[in-house]
Amino acid sequence: MADVYKALDDETRRLILDGLAARDGQTLFEICTTLTVRHGIGSSRQAISQHLAVLEDAGLVTSERRGRTKLHHFDPAPLAEIHRRWPQTTKDSSCD
Amino acid sequence: MRLNLLSVFVDDQRAALAFYTDVLGFTLKRDIPLGDAAWLTVVSPEVPDGPELLLEPAGHPAVTPYREALMADGIPLAQFTVDDLQAEHARLTARGVTFTQPPTDIGNAWMAVLDDTCGNLIQLIAMKPDAD
Repeated sequence: MADVYKALDDETRRLILDGLAARDGQTLFEICTTLTVRHGIGSSRQAISQHLAVLEDAGLVTSERRGRTKLHHFDPAPLAEIHRRWPQTTKDSSCD
Repeated sequence: MRLNLLSVFVDDQRAALAFYTDVLGFTLKRDIPLGDAAWLTVVSPEVPDGPELLLEPAGHPAVTPYREALMADGIPLAQFTVDDLQAEHARLTARGVTFTQPPTDIGNAWMAVLDDTCGNLIQLIAMKPDAD
């Protein structure tokens, strides 16, 4: 499995995750449309497909076939490693 | 020069005719027997003398891999214009049509993508009133 940190180290890939977090189950065409229209990213479909492959390798994106169409889903599970490694400590607000 | 015909490959011409007329709402223009198949076209009832859509048999061996690859990536093969995309989406969803992409705001227009049940994805678009 590829490195989660490496997978996140790219603005286009982070925007892809934003898009899938907002609406789960998107085709490559929809992902490309959103990146172009909302974010002005005119990367080729092949380039976006490669970004998706990196995210899939890191376990952050899964894909499944629905009928003849391939849909992509966001899987936040690998992000839990970040919380495990650096647990969030509760700050005492009286110490501000 | 004018555009008068475009074609989509369909798995089954009769099933395609039923979907494109009964469900989408186009009207039959020509149905001319041609061997095992037919020269089968539909038009928009709003523009009966406008461009025809040919429902072409998907028999050629190159068609299957071509359409499967586009379908897998969610890429539509044709685009139809509607006045009110949300209303069409509601009407077609109620008729059992699958959308691979719900109405999406793309700035100067709304777009959506549906499965024509014949092996193709079709993009529907509605221009916003203030844009063209």
